[in-house]
Amino acid sequence: MADAGTLSTATALEDADRRKAWGFVAPALLWTIAFFVVPFAFMAAMSLWKREGRDLVRVWNFDNYARFFSENALFQGLVNSLEITVIVTVISVLLAYPLAWIIAERVPKRLQRMALILAILPFWTSYVVRSYSWLLVLSKNGVINQLFLNIGLISEPLELASTRTATVIGFVHFFVMLLTLTIYSNLIQLSPNYRRAAADLGANAFQTFWHVVLPLTLPGIMTGAFLTFVLCIGDYVTPQILGGNNELVLPQIIMLQLGRRADFPMAAALSIVLMLAVTVAYLACARWLKIERA
Amino acid sequence: MLRQISASVLSWAYLALVYAFIFLPVAVLVLFSFQDGRLPVPPFNGFSLQWYEAVFADRKLMAALGNSMVVALVSSVISVLLGFLAAYALARYKLPGSALQRGLLIAPMTVSYLIIALGLLSLMNALHVPLSLMTVGIGHVVINLPLCFAIIYASMGDHHINIERAARDLGANDFKVMALVTAPMLMPSILAAFFLSVTFSWDEFIIAFLLSRFDVTLPVEIWSMLRSGLNPKTNAIGSLVFLASVAVLLILELSLFGRTKKQ
Repeated sequence: MADAGTLSTATALEDADRRKAWGFVAPALLWTIAFFVVPFAFMAAMSLWKREGRDLVRVWNFDNYARFFSENALFQGLVNSLEITVIVTVISVLLAYPLAWIIAERVPKRLQRMALILAILPFWTSYVVRSYSWLLVLSKNGVINQLFLNIGLISEPLELASTRTATVIGFVHFFVMLLTLTIYSNLIQLSPNYRRAAADLGANAFQTFWHVVLPLTLPGIMTGAFLTFVLCIGDYVTPQILGGNNELVLPQIIMLQLGRRADFPMAAALSIVLMLAVTVAYLACARWLKIERA
Repeated sequence: MLRQISASVLSWAYLALVYAFIFLPVAVLVLFSFQDGRLPVPPFNGFSLQWYEAVFADRKLMAALGNSMVVALVSSVISVLLGFLAAYALARYKLPGSALQRGLLIAPMTVSYLIIALGLLSLMNALHVPLSLMTVGIGHVVINLPLCFAIIYASMGDHHINIERAARDLGANDFKVMALVTAPMLMPSILAAFFLSVTFSWDEFIIAFLLSRFDVTLPVEIWSMLRSGLNPKTNAIGSLVFLASVAVLLILELSLFGRTKKQ
């Protein structure tokens, strides 16, 4: 009898606790549902509608997606996005890895934190301003052209801005900083014992790096590379400022649908395509991406 | 020996080159903000503060600066508050479907800002909600809430449970426990979440661009300045924002992170 009494008190307490806990988690859940899940579902539905003049017509078909695959101007956007993103990711990793390595291995321990803070300092320029400042360097009357003209390397200014190269440079600049950070934190966690063991077993410096260090730092590289891919493929600002109107990427084409044409259904369909590209990249990297929880 | 020296020289040369690449645009930006002339490109005509005066005299730019501060602070406070409550509930109570709830709260992190902005814009249009700083703030909470939740949830270790239990035995209710026990214990990660949110909101462009109308934030105002091409005034506002961020970073490094290191 007494046992049953305490038991029911306990469940009553548990019920009260549970109600309270729901109360605490509800605001965050409701916010996410109202302003993320619902808009996203609405957008996914809208990608099946079509635009007629200024109005949206609620038909339900895949015409927008069919148009995406058949119209070269649209499909080329995805191709450009993928090409630029892959080029940027590869160059950034190749530039950042040696930098992170040198900071972790060659720079004295007490200066490493300083070296790292310095390496990511330009991170703190405003995002729009960062692309603009590359324009100062790359434009027709910019720093590089003036320098090359003055030392007689070229006789006519080069067209550096408004090109795919400019977009890639702007992106690489940003992601080298990000990747240096993720790869460095991976490198310093590496116990020196692994390398000593490899050396004891007769491996030379290159073999140690290729068979021991690189595989052990691969998760860090892949996490950084995936982050680079996601942020790069979804960005509108850098290609718009530095790439100009040549070789448009997917986000630029999405923004074009919103602006002049007010074709929301098409913009929605293109966004879904963008999301699918990110999902495919995620699945490709998934086995290296372990997000650890405390 | 020779090989070691050449390897060392090579490393330092590489370090110098990449640092030069990283700093080149910022150096040019800051240098030509002092340009005595109408174009922020070489040759450098001489030192002048006229463009900084122009920045402070620009009403629209100053209004955008104020708007950015309000949006960043309000949206970050909401994100931290909602993130903290959710983290507390999910770390301290057994709720059905808690893995699903965590997944849902983190989900916006995996979606491009452009897509979040587009979804909100379509919905606001369909519901005839006028665009304003409030819609921008709503969007910024959507991107910052997952971050705040993840940071605070990760720091809610089980070793804190007993201290909270002691407080409860002494008669504190949930809100008292949270405000007087849990929050002070987690203060470093709560502050980290808050400052990260402020930084992200302050610098965010695409959501602010698509979800605002008449009142805009600073990145959107700078964006519209870009239409006039290269202009030393853009250099000046860019340099100011950069220096302010570095100052905040230094203060954080010296106060907040310096203190946690000693603990």
